Amino acid sequence: MNTRGNDNLPSNRPPTQRDLDPHLRRYAQRTVGMTASEIRALFAVASRPEVVSLAGGMPYLPALPLDSLADELAQMVSSEGMAALQYGSAQGTAQLREQICEVMALEGVRAHADDVTVTVGSQMALDMVTRIFCDPGDVVLAEAPSYVGALTTFASYQAQVVQVAMDDDGLVPGKLEAALDALAAQGRTPKFLYTIPNFHNPAGVTMAVQRRGEVLRLCAEHRVLVVEDNPYGLLGFEGKIYPAMRASDPDNVVYLGSFSKTFAPGLRVGWALAPHAVREKLVLAAESATLCPPAFTQFVVSRYLAQHDWKGQVKIYQEVYRERRDAMLAALAQHLPPGCTWTHPTGGFYVWLTVPEGLDTKAMLPRAVTERVAYVPGTAFYADGLGSRQMRLSFCYPTSERIVEGVRRLAAVLEGELELQRTFGSVRPRTVFGPQSPSPDTA
Amino acid sequence: MTDRTVAVLAGGLSHERDVSLRSGRRLSSALRDVGLHVEEWDVDATLIDRLTHRRPDAVVVALHGGAGENGAVQSVLEMLRVPYVGADPRACRRAWDKPTAKDELARAGVSTPDWIVLPHATFRDLGPQDVLDALVDRLGLPLIFKPPQGGSALGVHVVRDASELPAAIVGCLAYGDSVLAERFVEGVEVAVAVLEGSDGEPQALPAVEIEAASGFYDYAARYTAGLATFHAPARLDAAATAAVAELAVNAHRLLGLRDVSRTDAVVSPDRVAHFLEVNVEPGLTETSLLPMAIESTGADLGTVYATLIERAVARAW
Repeated sequence: MNTRGNDNLPSNRPPTQRDLDPHLRRYAQRTVGMTASEIRALFAVASRPEVVSLAGGMPYLPALPLDSLADELAQMVSSEGMAALQYGSAQGTAQLREQICEVMALEGVRAHADDVTVTVGSQMALDMVTRIFCDPGDVVLAEAPSYVGALTTFASYQAQVVQVAMDDDGLVPGKLEAALDALAAQGRTPKFLYTIPNFHNPAGVTMAVQRRGEVLRLCAEHRVLVVEDNPYGLLGFEGKIYPAMRASDPDNVVYLGSFSKTFAPGLRVGWALAPHAVREKLVLAAESATLCPPAFTQFVVSRYLAQHDWKGQVKIYQEVYRERRDAMLAALAQHLPPGCTWTHPTGGFYVWLTVPEGLDTKAMLPRAVTERVAYVPGTAFYADGLGSRQMRLSFCYPTSERIVEGVRRLAAVLEGELELQRTFGSVRPRTVFGPQSPSPDTA
Repeated sequence: MTDRTVAVLAGGLSHERDVSLRSGRRLSSALRDVGLHVEEWDVDATLIDRLTHRRPDAVVVALHGGAGENGAVQSVLEMLRVPYVGADPRACRRAWDKPTAKDELARAGVSTPDWIVLPHATFRDLGPQDVLDALVDRLGLPLIFKPPQGGSALGVHVVRDASELPAAIVGCLAYGDSVLAERFVEGVEVAVAVLEGSDGEPQALPAVEIEAASGFYDYAARYTAGLATFHAPARLDAAATAAVAELAVNAHRLLGLRDVSRTDAVVSPDRVAHFLEVNVEPGLTETSLLPMAIESTGADLGTVYATLIERAVARAW
């Protein structure tokens, strides 16, 4: 071969081997699996307005009073800028921690601001909790299915995740007990149980109140810490606020909270309420990660809580999401083929859909994107490849009209898959397992 | 360079949107480095309005899959008489549809693995097992299944055991209504880019040899640095080197391509070069093969594409 005669190019060079990543042999073991993924690439299409995305969990920010917030923000910079733009405490500002205690009081939590650590979203709080408790190979219990962001955090610390079944009333205590006993028989004690008791992501169910006591009792008996993740607790549609598990057991529960769903996720303000000794380690871990949470966004949240009708804003969110939940449930009932079942959330953002036996929601995602509808395949919410018959549908961001259109498209995709199944029988295409989901900004 | 304004089209609605955005960003940066004014445009319902009112001096289509490679966008550019880099719509259509490209090249005597295209309806109407039995009788194993149209190895499955056939076909049908079943040829996998010089003559760049760590150059291997090793030029002897270069130039000529193309081929142990497919809008990401081929000659991406842009402007209506 030669390139002579092509005035666009210089002459050939000697052969070279191209290793595009010269650091390949240096990476830690925990990076295994951090590769490009077909599924994640498909979510790039979901961000286009032509696609009805039922995938992302983005709060509906148009419901916020942006103009008055802008005025408040300008005033805040003028009057408090010297502190808001300066380094702050690793634990977070005292004022915000006091206000967080008032928010948690709505769920029956009596807490002292000293035990609150402000974090960069509750995701960081979860990361810190896992960092201080988990060595590689340690066991963490989680619901089946569980929040994909938690599973990726546990994986990054090389923890082994054991998932415990749920039903319409949330985590099943009998299954939890069986899992604890099975692990005990192996001489293993889980480091903690990670649970989302209210309006679960992705399952859309809520743990029955009486079960919460049973779960706390079982964990206490087995000396297993409970990590209660509660981003959606104030977003119920039936006027009911469930009591936090932390309210019943202050000594054995780490509570994770967030302003991402009740205010705005772009601020990245979350928190952990932990027993005193745990809190001390959390603060040191957080300090090594970020020095301190952003003072600026803490000041924004503080001012918002102090000067806005934030509870009224939560009610507005509840109304928006309830209307959209209703639209989704009605559309699912009207359009989906027989054999599909789904949860009926009483709050939060998500419906958990189970498709007919033999269909694979991950394998059919390309067809869905072709039909311009997107969802998150169920396998994203399991650490072990389960969930192939499930998908998570979000009703938080698209309008009701778009939700109905999205479900109509989804129904057509399912019909196509059933047609394939009639031809080939139940076959499961080879797909990569693991928590592959959209990036947070993919609606 | 000139003070031309160039619109780089990237993104779109195909399954390869993410790859296209990365190609577009890299190309845009390279073109800015050589002094061009570059605008990066996603392709949506505002495209015609933008082309009409902002009127770039030329367009480079960095779209992968769908409208960017099947000639649809090129037809719009022709209608609006906007100069663009790359093949015309008719040639795009020939190259985009893998069976059509294989058919044209096979008729011209180019070696390409035996293949059969099977729509879902054939399996449905005739019964899958009978069709699969006939397929294996005809082509044998191993087989590779591909969506007839598409790139980035999306929906592509290699089958070495007959029991894997239904799953591979169902996986492939997630990307379209038909499957291209092709005899899988073991050998050295190479990509050969072709560039046209100012005289319009297509010239092959050094072949890039691909060694996927997993043995299969799938989506993850294509777009995760480190999951494949590349050799540029490929470690082929003189005869095979000449064979793959000739194959790529033939593909470019026979399909009527223009400016740039990238042919994927495999060299079997008997040193025969087999045509697999050709791309009219080759990937330009950090892990893509055309930039590697260009760099292996000591050239740079921006200069090469700037020259192609000048050619596009010069041949404009």
